[in-house]
Amino acid sequence: MSNATKRNGDQGAQAPVIQMRDVNKWFGNFHVLKDINLDVARGERIVICGPSGSGKSTLIRCINRLEIHESGTIIVDGIELTRNMKHIHKVRRQTGMVFQDFNLFPHMTILENLIFAPMWVHRIPRNRAEKIARQYLERVRIPDQAGKYPGQLSGGQQQRAAIARSLCMNPRIMLFDEPTSALDPEMIKEVLDVMVELAREGMTMICVTHEMGFARTVADRVVFMDSGEIVEQADPETFFSGARYDRTHLFLKQIL
Amino acid sequence: MTSTASTAPPGLLVFQPKPDRPPPLQTVGVVGWLRNNLFNGWYNSLLTILILLLLVKVVPPLFSWALFDAVWTGGRDACTAGNDGACWVFVADKFRVLMVGMYPAEHLTRPILAGILFVVLSALSIFRLFSARKLVLLWVVGTAGCFWLINGGWGLTVVDQSLWGGLMLSLGLAVIGIMVSIPLGILLALGRYSQLSVIRALCVGIIEPIRGVPLITILFMASVMLPLFLPVGMEINNMLRVQIGIILFSAAYMAEVVRGGLQAIPAGQYDAAKSLGLNYWKTTVLVVLPQALRHVIPSMINRCIALFKDTSLVIIVGLLDFLGMTRASIQDPNWLGFDAEAYVFCAFVYWVICFSMSRYGRSLERQGGNE
Ligand SMILES: Nc1ncnc2c1ncn2[C@@H]1O[C@H](COP(=O)(O)OP(=O)(O)O)[C@@H](O)[C@H]1O
Ligand SMILES: [Mg+2]
Repeated sequence: MSNATKRNGDQGAQAPVIQMRDVNKWFGNFHVLKDINLDVARGERIVICGPSGSGKSTLIRCINRLEIHESGTIIVDGIELTRNMKHIHKVRRQTGMVFQDFNLFPHMTILENLIFAPMWVHRIPRNRAEKIARQYLERVRIPDQAGKYPGQLSGGQQQRAAIARSLCMNPRIMLFDEPTSALDPEMIKEVLDVMVELAREGMTMICVTHEMGFARTVADRVVFMDSGEIVEQADPETFFSGARYDRTHLFLKQIL
Repeated sequence: MTSTASTAPPGLLVFQPKPDRPPPLQTVGVVGWLRNNLFNGWYNSLLTILILLLLVKVVPPLFSWALFDAVWTGGRDACTAGNDGACWVFVADKFRVLMVGMYPAEHLTRPILAGILFVVLSALSIFRLFSARKLVLLWVVGTAGCFWLINGGWGLTVVDQSLWGGLMLSLGLAVIGIMVSIPLGILLALGRYSQLSVIRALCVGIIEPIRGVPLITILFMASVMLPLFLPVGMEINNMLRVQIGIILFSAAYMAEVVRGGLQAIPAGQYDAAKSLGLNYWKTTVLVVLPQALRHVIPSMINRCIALFKDTSLVIIVGLLDFLGMTRASIQDPNWLGFDAEAYVFCAFVYWVICFSMSRYGRSLERQGGNE
């Protein structure tokens, strides 16, 4: 019900900010994404879950074309992803991505990591980029780590720095690929707190995660994937209490 | 909640850490070191004693030959006066040709200035008085300056390149070879990973054949065969041909060294750079290469040392470098019989330069490891 009304509303007011239509992808002969259809409205928070190897990472990596889909269409903020590099860069500039193992640049300090892309992509002068960077470091609560190298920070601090690095590019969409999977339990919360805050501010987010608490608090929709397909999707309440497929029940039983 | 040892509830045992004690005598100090390194087991003890005996036999005579009994001053006659020591007078007499070859005496200040410039550049690098980027720039400008001083033109009398020789030539070929072959090698290595199969094939097609043949072959080809392929009327002098041969040879090896560094960069680094909207060149130059090159500094320095020593092969295409001049000097009919002095001096100079490079590489390595 709520899904239906939301979709109607979208068509009336504005087109979905991400639109995936019949997307298929193969790694060699391996069919990793099968007929993916997914619309994401502006400001919507989506959690994708599913067993390992089901294609979650591949799906969100297609959205900023870190992976190339073989058929179907992906439109991000009105720009269709094709071989056109200009369009690809445009999409990437408004799409932040946070990875499982942070992928900070180890040869730069945290501050340099943060100002790097704004300076080289947006051509923002250094002092302004630094000012913005320090604001975001404040927001992810590591303002005093600016001068350190990534290797000197804990996992949780590195991941928050990585989130801040993405935010410095002022993205409209944030993609998270299991941002807490590589972290020790006591550090998961500090990262999730930052993400919840971001969600509250209205950022469009797609988040691959198995943190079901997070899904319950902030997600508008939970998407369950298996074997390269979207099996089902629903708002969290419906998803956790009334999933329709046996596969989903089995998965939920394993992780909850 | 804030209970410390002093406010601990009664009835609990109080933990008292034991004081630190010194380690047993056998593991520290001179005795410990000797025990661990020289006399650990009868086999090592025997080896130590044998080597000590050998050193006692060899080192004192060597020192008395090279230093104490050596002839440092005087002329040719001082050396033939029934002396057992080395005749360094010979090296002093030949010093000019050993350093600069047949370079005309009236312009000698120019290579001397170039040498001073070279030493200053080396010192600036060793003591790291500038950032890496500025050092690279300084070396490029400085080397161009040295070349101008030695070659002439732009107001200076041109000195024919067939007169160049000695250590000046060895260092010149090596420094220019290193400075051009590193960027070229980086480009070749990047080309090997190119998305475009034409570029990939081209780079493999350059790297693999060159790595498959010895430098001598390449020098021969550059010196003898290249002129056959050039269009009639176009001439490149021998020195330049040899320099090109050295550059290509070194670049092929540098490319493989850099490739090793590129392979060590995790895919996530590319993902992160791409996801931030950086294009290929910015990703490569600002994210990938700084990390990759840091990984391969030791192997690169090794290649530089090897290249410097390899320049001695130019003797086979008629250039008289440092080693070439050494050999020419001992054939001087006025100074027959001083081969040992000549070669010891030559080896010593090569050793000083190579050893400095190797130490410099070590210090760079340590500096890179700190971050
Ligand atoms: N670059 C690749 N080449 C070949 N197979 C891949 C590649 N990346 C992922 N795969 C395979 O595709 C499947 C889906 O991967 P992924 O999207 O990472 O799954 P998930 O993130 O859901 O665990 C897995 O079976 C994985 O082995
Ligand atoms: Mg994954």
